[in-house]
Amino acid sequence: MTIDEIKIGGLGASRHRVEDNRFIRGKGNYIDDISLPGMLHMEILRSPLAHARIKSVDTSAAWAIPGVRLVLTGELMASRNLAWMPTLSYDTQAVLATDKVRFQGQEVACVVADDPYIAKDACEAIIVDYEPLAVIVNPTQAMADGAPVIRDDKENQHDNAIFDWEIGDKDGTDRAFADADAISELELHYPRSHPSPIETCGSVADFNRSTSKLTLYMTSQAPHIIRAAVAMVAELPEHMIRVVSPDLGGGFGNKVPIYPGYVVSVLASILLERPVKWIEDKTGNLISTGFGRDIYLRGQLALRKDGKILGVRMHTDSDHGAFFSDAQPSKFKIGLLHSAFACYDIPVAHLTARGVYTNKAPGGVAYRCSFRVTEAMFFQERMVQAAADDLGIDQAEIRRLNFVSDDDFPHRTPFGFLTDSGQYRKCLDIGLEAIGYEDFLKQKEEAKKNGRLLGIGISTMTEPLGAGNSREFDILGIKMFDSAELRVHMTGKAILRTGAKSQGQGHETTWAQIVAHELGIPAEDIVVEEGDTDTAPFGMGTYASRSTPVAGAAVSMVSRKIRAKARKIAAHLLEVSEEDIDWELGRFFVRSSPDTGVTIQECAVAAYSNVPDGMEPGLENNAYYDPPNLTWPFGCYITTVEVDPGTGVWDVLSVVAVDDCGVRINPMIVEGQIMGGLAEAYAMASMQFITFDVEGNCVGSNYMDYLLPTAWETPGFELHEVVTPCPHHPIGAKGVGECATVGGPAAFVNAVLDALKDTGVRNIDMPLLPDRVYEALTEHHDVSGAPPLRTGS
Amino acid sequence: MTGLFTKVPPEPTTDAEVRRITVSINGNQHTVDVEPRLLLAHLIRQGLDLTGTHTGCDTANCGACTVLFDGAPVKSCTMFAVQAEGHEITTVEGLATASELHPIQEGFKDEHGLQCGFCTPGMMLTAKALLDENPDPTEDEVRWALSGNFCRCTGYQNIVKSVLSAAARLRSQSAIDEEEGETS
Repeated sequence: MTIDEIKIGGLGASRHRVEDNRFIRGKGNYIDDISLPGMLHMEILRSPLAHARIKSVDTSAAWAIPGVRLVLTGELMASRNLAWMPTLSYDTQAVLATDKVRFQGQEVACVVADDPYIAKDACEAIIVDYEPLAVIVNPTQAMADGAPVIRDDKENQHDNAIFDWEIGDKDGTDRAFADADAISELELHYPRSHPSPIETCGSVADFNRSTSKLTLYMTSQAPHIIRAAVAMVAELPEHMIRVVSPDLGGGFGNKVPIYPGYVVSVLASILLERPVKWIEDKTGNLISTGFGRDIYLRGQLALRKDGKILGVRMHTDSDHGAFFSDAQPSKFKIGLLHSAFACYDIPVAHLTARGVYTNKAPGGVAYRCSFRVTEAMFFQERMVQAAADDLGIDQAEIRRLNFVSDDDFPHRTPFGFLTDSGQYRKCLDIGLEAIGYEDFLKQKEEAKKNGRLLGIGISTMTEPLGAGNSREFDILGIKMFDSAELRVHMTGKAILRTGAKSQGQGHETTWAQIVAHELGIPAEDIVVEEGDTDTAPFGMGTYASRSTPVAGAAVSMVSRKIRAKARKIAAHLLEVSEEDIDWELGRFFVRSSPDTGVTIQECAVAAYSNVPDGMEPGLENNAYYDPPNLTWPFGCYITTVEVDPGTGVWDVLSVVAVDDCGVRINPMIVEGQIMGGLAEAYAMASMQFITFDVEGNCVGSNYMDYLLPTAWETPGFELHEVVTPCPHHPIGAKGVGECATVGGPAAFVNAVLDALKDTGVRNIDMPLLPDRVYEALTEHHDVSGAPPLRTGS
Repeated sequence: MTGLFTKVPPEPTTDAEVRRITVSINGNQHTVDVEPRLLLAHLIRQGLDLTGTHTGCDTANCGACTVLFDGAPVKSCTMFAVQAEGHEITTVEGLATASELHPIQEGFKDEHGLQCGFCTPGMMLTAKALLDENPDPTEDEVRWALSGNFCRCTGYQNIVKSVLSAAARLRSQSAIDEEEGETS
């Protein structure tokens, strides 16, 4: 009688994905697949210069091209009070430039035409007269005396500073450093990278004059935030805006912010009363949309001579580009960078963070991480590695010595977060065993005799995933809870909707598994829908690994509400009091007579046909979930590499990942997420970065210059797991989607530096391109900074 | 077309010269008038509504637009439609029959070889071209064959497994076919 939970696709089942049925047939519905009757096409003209005053914009030749319906300039936008829009970080961003262009690729004008070819032709026919201005491409230039003020549009902005933020205990940290046996110091640059989903951004705006309703199809990881923002910017009433986010060809944070293209497509549709489609090209995506990282660190550890860390000092300078448009919790100016060192038992720490404007594309927080935790954990693990090397201590040992112990939870991190669970030493031990740590150290010594350079790198971290709780997390004042709505139909089949938005994570598969776990309804009987603000409950979307911690918890809670009502119906059907019945998966039964029972499906029929007196009919409900804390998964990543001393090329020999993300809903999908994260970690460590020359030209504006690893370069991965359930999540799950991207890069970098240890080189900044490794090897010095700038003026 | 009416555009939007071409896509002949500059990917997607072929990068790097051109994988975003005149094109829509998935599609589903699904059609077609040539590839041969197709979600490991599993499936299928051929 008992239902086998795995068989019905419940918790722990590696259920095949529902969404694959359309994707493998080429029947996904991505933004560019949407075609509406009478639809027009929009293209954007972008600035070729990084900083210049606009003297004039001549659109007459563009208007003259047959098939051109509308040419939009900053001037036209300004006449409708739409030349500027608010950002998610309380700054403003130009929609179409009016006074100046402030980065290469900035949106200057748009053309709407009968087809995209005509629109592109017309963009090329627009003549813009620019007066070039001095260009700033890094924080040092931005803060220099007499630097040109990039944001001269803002009153009271007399320099390029955005914020100066600090957290922690300065005096206590100073005392810890005064008492230390040794101080280990490191300066690091986490280069600018781009999330670069294969699908770019785009929208189809469809304003219907007769109903005054705007339907906006768009590539958004957070459609409800967009609806709220459009209501504010376009001054349309919120109930007259429907945002639909269709299948997304990847997101990784790139599809959270609001971009000018979306806004202009909306205005164009309103003006023309026709649907307007905008599909960004790859260069537009790479040079103008939300990038990740671009931050400099000066870090210090106060150390006891046995390797115990007594205190941490960090200062960061972050480059936000021309507009401060990070999509991040409003209270924390540098995101969750202060989650650094959360897995270590460290009494005191102090962080200062400065953010600046430069003539580069805006963004800075996105890319497969929970608001700058990628930088936090990279800096942490590079600093720990350097400390081990400085003291001559084994790199595994220094971590073991400093880890928070399993019985020391809840634990207050040095910057004040509260971690709640983990088995850090166990994860590390499994990882070391899997990689064959002791054997590899011997092998490495042997290889050295033959002139071969082997290295091993470790990275261990716990990170805060699942923003929010509403006490601390909001975006534009909107609290970061999430939601689920469940309707069980009369035949026991169901539809579930949530405020999250899958971009490949497989919510259509996994959310149904949570319902199956809570109600015993087979997962295949539950359809999952997301992304349409007219039907989905209000939610904050999917990023920061927050879906399972927040929306996933809401799915559990709404299922439990349904079960509570079904229980009353069951008591009515069984003619006993509610207290006399028990629940097993999928069925209520009389405690004293376990063979007498009713299934959840029978309760569903009764909900529509035979409810007890006084009860509302139906079996549906919703839940808004505000998590009490973040979830704290742990990751241990260990890699071995061989560096070719003749060329600086390094090959990955093995990669081991041990992840503890609590209870796994669908192990197959969890492993898929971890492997994807590891590949991106390898990408950033080895080749993937966006940089700029001294004139602010973006180097990395297309896939010939922006190197992404293919199946050929990407190493194989060996995965292991430890399960420490999250104590506050309804099913004990923790976030996982970003762990390997966050923790992984330091493992690769530490491995290469381990191979180079005898040269005395302490740092090579990412990406570890062969020429940079070769330079370090042959010239025995650190190689720092963003590559082209090193040899620039 | 019923012939009952033909839509006449209200005004000519372009005076561009057009060329008439005939292309075979998934076994169906299409005769279309195209501007010489029209990209093959756009003919397939917008002209013929076969939206399973995606465009990612416009520079022939990402492989999302991969189709088979007389059996060989090509990036349809950097070919002109007119170049396809008289050739046979296979897109992802041509892989499965109404009732049956192609073993490569089954392999991708079984081995979790996709997440967002955007690169998947191109990956599967590249894999098909490989397996048509080499029914029993090594892992390295699969990785090399797929090195013109980017995936940002999976880390490739499961894609490689998907192709190897499809290869095994295809081999056992052809072994059965041969056996049946001998007995009949």
